[in-house]
Amino acid sequence: MYPALRRMFTNPVGIVSGAVVLLLALAAVAGPTLYPVDPFALSVEVNAAPSWLHPLGTDDLGRDVLAGMIEGAKISLFVGISAALATTVIGVLVGAVAGYVGGRVDAALMRLSEFFQVMPTFILAVLIVSLIGPGLTRVIIVIAVLSWPQTARVARGEIMRVSQLDYVDAARCMGIPGWRILYGEVIPNAIAPALALASLIMAQAILLEASLSFLGLASPDIISWGRILSVAQQYLFTAWWLSVFSGMAIFITVLAFNLLGDALADALNPRHAH
Amino acid sequence: MRYYIAQRLFWSVVIVFGIVVVNFVLTRIVPGDPTTALVGEFPVPQAYIDQIRHDFGLDQSIPAQLYYYLVHVAQGDLGFSFVGRQNVLPLILRRAGVTLILMLPSLTLASIIGVLIAVRAARRAGSSLNTFLTALSLAGASVPVFWLAQMLVMLFAVRLGWLPAQGMVSVRANYTGLAYFLDLLRHLILPSFCITIFYLAIVVRVARTSMLEMLHQDFVLTARAKGLSENQVVVRHVLRNALIPVITVIGYNFGYSLTGAILTETVFAWPGIGGLFVSSIHYQDFPVLSGIFLLAATAVVAANFITDILYAVVDPRVRVATLKPA
Repeated sequence: MYPALRRMFTNPVGIVSGAVVLLLALAAVAGPTLYPVDPFALSVEVNAAPSWLHPLGTDDLGRDVLAGMIEGAKISLFVGISAALATTVIGVLVGAVAGYVGGRVDAALMRLSEFFQVMPTFILAVLIVSLIGPGLTRVIIVIAVLSWPQTARVARGEIMRVSQLDYVDAARCMGIPGWRILYGEVIPNAIAPALALASLIMAQAILLEASLSFLGLASPDIISWGRILSVAQQYLFTAWWLSVFSGMAIFITVLAFNLLGDALADALNPRHAH
Repeated sequence: MRYYIAQRLFWSVVIVFGIVVVNFVLTRIVPGDPTTALVGEFPVPQAYIDQIRHDFGLDQSIPAQLYYYLVHVAQGDLGFSFVGRQNVLPLILRRAGVTLILMLPSLTLASIIGVLIAVRAARRAGSSLNTFLTALSLAGASVPVFWLAQMLVMLFAVRLGWLPAQGMVSVRANYTGLAYFLDLLRHLILPSFCITIFYLAIVVRVARTSMLEMLHQDFVLTARAKGLSENQVVVRHVLRNALIPVITVIGYNFGYSLTGAILTETVFAWPGIGGLFVSSIHYQDFPVLSGIFLLAATAVVAANFITDILYAVVDPRVRVATLKPA
């Protein structure tokens, strides 16, 4: 793992994207202390342009956009991390079973994942969320249920490769039960590509949540970047600040996680190890 | 080949069937009794409720309901839009045509430009142009398409006033003939630019990788050894083979581009599927939403099927390899 980290931090893309992600986390955690403005506080100054009082202006209900952006960073990171975590757990489990057991189980699970991959994810997500109602947890579950196949496929390939290595045979000869070999030997050595993919899934999850919120599928009691953009849509002719900043935030965040995923994949690639 | 087509066709039918079942299950997980939605929250006689439950087959068992649903879908009956006061299928199909007016030029443009860019980039591997293009395609994949659309509206419609911000035609003008066409074209520029960028990102990425891969193949070395010029090598040998993954990525990403179109339409008030989709979200018009999902998913399966066949036609290795289960 350490050489991988070293490779990661000699790669300029890795450094920059990692720094952006750190900054974002900092904004989400320390933002409310550094800029102690209530993102939900209404005021009569509706759609006010950026000024000293409101550095990024206010929205249609007079709420401070900068405070909203900080709140949005929290929401986006929360959704991204939870969805990626859930997706990776489901994906690795399914992939591990498919790759390790093989045979009919493998064929059935791969067919199932193919089925999920064919469905237009975004439209299905919109349909499900409109049916069950909005809510962060629900959105996270929907994202996880719809994105696990990518992870499962990657994990399966890697598990198949690792389980053919000599040391796994050695473990089997020592009489260690199959499931212990799987979680003790195979999964730890096969998980790297799934971790790199997790960063890309975070990017997808953040984008998906933003798109859902943009279409009005967010609960009314949260402020997120996509929601600000949804409000912005009605004021494109008058309040440019509503759209510019929150969209830029989504763009930079998603780009950072995408680049980080690429850099991680490069750094964790075993072929670079020698 | 015939076996291959039959195999893919069978699998496509299975998937479509699965999608219909998923759709059925989804509409059944809605909390609450559907009859409440139908009669409203008024006190009505129990006999009336029973009548409605019977009319809609709600008094039957779940498998029986699924059976009726399947029969209806097979007959092209996707339900009734209570908001639009008409059947779902014709409603969606009319809007789908309008979406295609937007999608087809964008996809064609993105494919052509994407391949041209990739050819240029691959010939100068490691150059700064290459790095720039890679960054550009990553940026294209990360930008929220609806935000890009908003930026375009604010710049070209609001600030500069060059192009119309919304709609498909000028409502007040009543153009006909050529004038109508030109007016449509003016409205098409911004949204199709948006979708083109959205799509270009994937095409460039795949085309560049596959060009680079092909450049290192033995047959390219042979072609060079024969004394062909660099242009001949690239166009006749590399590009031809590198196009195969590009075709597949275009085909397999149909659903993705539909998503892009839906989100773009929302910003530009383009009267296609996207507009219908969003208004159905607001009015909670579930039959339309699930109809759009069903149709979109079926279109994706069809696009995948066609791509599978095309892929096998241009690359004989595929149809041989897939005879055995992978």
